[in-house]
Amino acid sequence: MPEPGLSEAAEELLAGLWLARENGPEPPCPVDEASRPAAVRELVEAGLVEEREGLPSLTPAGEAEASAVVRRERLAERLLADVLALGDQLASEAACRFEHLLRRGIDDRICTLLGHPRVCPHGSPIPPGACCQVGAEEAGKVVSSLADLTPGQRGVIAYVHSRRREMLHRLLAMGALPGAPVLLRQRFPSYVFDLGQGQIAVDQETARDIYVRLSDERASTRPRRAWFAPRLRRRRGRG
Amino acid sequence: MTARALEFVRDLLTGRRGCGCDTCPVASPLRPRKLLLFGSPNVGKSVVFNQLTGSYAVVSNYPGTTVEVARGRARLGDLWLEVVDSPGAYSLAPLSEDEQVAQRLLLEEPLDLVLHVVDAKHLARMLPLTLQLLEARLPLALDVNIIDEAERAGLRVDSQALSRSLGVPVVATAAARGVGLERLRAVVSEPAPAMSTFTVEYPPPIESAIGQIAKLLSGDYRNSPRALALLLLQRDHGARARLLRTQPEVAAEVDRIVAAAESEYAQPLAFPIALSRQQAADRIARRALEQAGPPARATLAEVLGRLSIHPVAGIAMLPAVLLLIYLVVGRLGAGVMVDYLDKGLFGRHLNPALTGFVSQLLPWPTWAALFVGEYGLLTLGLRYALAIILPLVAAFFLTFAVLEDSGYLPRLALLADRLFKRIGLSGRAIIPMVLGLGCDTMATVVTRVLGSRRERLIATFLLALAIPCSAQLGVILGLLSGHPLGLIIWAGVVLSVLLTSGFLAARLLPGERPRFYLEVPPLRLPSPRNVLLKTYSRLKWYAAEVIPLFLLASVLIWVGEVTRLFPLLVAALRPLVGAIGLPAQAADAFLFGFLRRDYGAARIFDISSGGGLSGPALLVAMVTITLFIPCLAQFLVMQKERGLRAALAVGAIILPLAFGVGFALNLLLVGLRVQI
Repeated sequence: MPEPGLSEAAEELLAGLWLARENGPEPPCPVDEASRPAAVRELVEAGLVEEREGLPSLTPAGEAEASAVVRRERLAERLLADVLALGDQLASEAACRFEHLLRRGIDDRICTLLGHPRVCPHGSPIPPGACCQVGAEEAGKVVSSLADLTPGQRGVIAYVHSRRREMLHRLLAMGALPGAPVLLRQRFPSYVFDLGQGQIAVDQETARDIYVRLSDERASTRPRRAWFAPRLRRRRGRG
Repeated sequence: MTARALEFVRDLLTGRRGCGCDTCPVASPLRPRKLLLFGSPNVGKSVVFNQLTGSYAVVSNYPGTTVEVARGRARLGDLWLEVVDSPGAYSLAPLSEDEQVAQRLLLEEPLDLVLHVVDAKHLARMLPLTLQLLEARLPLALDVNIIDEAERAGLRVDSQALSRSLGVPVVATAAARGVGLERLRAVVSEPAPAMSTFTVEYPPPIESAIGQIAKLLSGDYRNSPRALALLLLQRDHGARARLLRTQPEVAAEVDRIVAAAESEYAQPLAFPIALSRQQAADRIARRALEQAGPPARATLAEVLGRLSIHPVAGIAMLPAVLLLIYLVVGRLGAGVMVDYLDKGLFGRHLNPALTGFVSQLLPWPTWAALFVGEYGLLTLGLRYALAIILPLVAAFFLTFAVLEDSGYLPRLALLADRLFKRIGLSGRAIIPMVLGLGCDTMATVVTRVLGSRRERLIATFLLALAIPCSAQLGVILGLLSGHPLGLIIWAGVVLSVLLTSGFLAARLLPGERPRFYLEVPPLRLPSPRNVLLKTYSRLKWYAAEVIPLFLLASVLIWVGEVTRLFPLLVAALRPLVGAIGLPAQAADAFLFGFLRRDYGAARIFDISSGGGLSGPALLVAMVTITLFIPCLAQFLVMQKERGLRAALAVGAIILPLAFGVGFALNLLLVGLRVQI
């Protein structure tokens, strides 16, 4: 498939249509009002959007492209939050621009770097890319799920994400909190890791829910901001 | 009568007895001071309890086995103290049944002191719970326990610094070794300490929500408004239920405040709340813990502990553990003890004496048969209970208590998890499964530690089907020990049935796969006292549960004989028993099996000793008896724990399955002309 080469405004509109349907907590990136008509025309001409019952709606091709845009946006958020430790408005605004740089191929590299995250910092799902299915061992990761560490690797818990709320509470109560140092001991028959002075055993599914920022010599000495710091409303003006 | 009344009044006045009124606001001579032990699993709470009270509580390394609440009395000088040992809890927002119980103990009963017991090594990880207890404005003291292990890790605890930071009394102990107990007794017998003013500071959006909610709360919650507000912000069901009971009119407003605070965060509020607490705990722990030196060289226990979970070494250690169980249960229990008690004590002395005595007392043969006949209450019921079953169960419970207290069971759980996932269980289910080798009835009760209804149901089913209890195991090992091939075939068939049925159950039952997570405690040398006490308390439970049923079974069989119902039922079973290639006498073993599973095995033992069973028939009988319908006690417990429908369904599956497998095995053995 050829690179569509959409304008930034067109990409934001595509993502906006996707987000409206997902109906998640996340507001779309702002689109400049002046460039809106041109962007709509561009999308219709590219066959990504069509009018159905008086409303703009995604075509199958538009579906795929919108998913890719949303993926890039959420990966950008993850990158800014987990690695660059940006917070608040800055991270959100930066993500809205940064995403356009993550063209095809680059997004997969970032995804790999971050250990193939499944959700963005707001908890919305990140559409998986081709790289997520490969599952091969890759070098050069910064963040990785506990399930992908090799025994003996150390790190600090970056975030914990689980579909099951009860699981989350349980892990929190056992002390698996962001910032807690971990050392993976073994992967088989169960994952066993040191958490502080103690030792915890989990199964593979649970190990996948725990994301670890790997320790390395370049690690910043400055304490990192919590990844779930209050999110200030980043909104374009109503209307 | 007057004397008893006087004694009662004296007990009340001296605090030996409470007035029974749990709402007495303060300890008075009428209500003894009450101390609640609180803390996460594996911190030695029960050891502290035993040291304080000198009496017994179930001590365990496994999260969840202290479901029952232990209560005892401690005498400190001339002061009586009521001590309550709560189940292990990681947090004040309860997730498990244990934690619910712990929370209720904390909030619903008047307490003079809460002693939070923590593991010194894990101080930073356990302090968040201390902070929650402080938030709840409970009279608190902190027991930093197991300092010996912390010292081995090179850590030194400064309890004075800790006490200054938290504003509560702190005492460092190694309760299992008796270290620091003097000071502990002094702390718990002092009048309640002044309330600490320590508060955790949360991020502004949460602090403002706490303030708004706390302003609305005015009822009697036995919890500080701040702590309750925090629970409400984490959407704790219990807290919300209490709010609805006490102040239904403010619930909508509280919900609005919670929703507004939640909209400030991407994740549930439990996250930022937990993180703030952890940061405060880290700060306190940094001031109170000192890395005094390098960790000591690994002890034998630590090396073994590491090896026991190693993918290769750990699995290689399994046979050694199984051998230990076999030696204690099969050899010592079934061999030495049963031989002595059954053949020696009952066979040679008691039975002839009882028969003679009762026959003289009751000259009517029908009535005498109730007590001393072939199925008599004394000669059969009591003999089976005391001479065959009890020694086996005692031997097993002893082994189990050693495994449990040494910390080996959680290791077994993590080794088993992958395999268990295939049969719809998590590694955690290893606890009831191994316990089932002792008594399936007790194990069915213990399935409560499992996370979901689905997992509990599968475990209940598999226990009833394919886990032989120690009575059966003892008899089976005893009978087949001379036939290694027979033993291998028996184990192979039962194991395949276990795995296949579990596999199918996991496929067929709807619901999510269980998750596995577990703290791995260090391998510790169990204290002989705790092991013996635990074995004793389990045996007591077993005897109370079993001996009446044995006697009941004897009575039922006698009634059946007298009314001619029993021979009729045996006759009805005979074709079925014949179909799987067993002699007709074996039919009553199966009927006995209905009444008590182990009874059936013991009956086979009798028939076999008399030379009535041999070769393939013996093997088929063993397999069928193992799979056969659970005993009466287990059925009743299944019904109580899982509901009548589930119990009947389990029975309806097992009955044809057991005979079906027996039938197929018989055909196979006869067809292949297997000689055993």
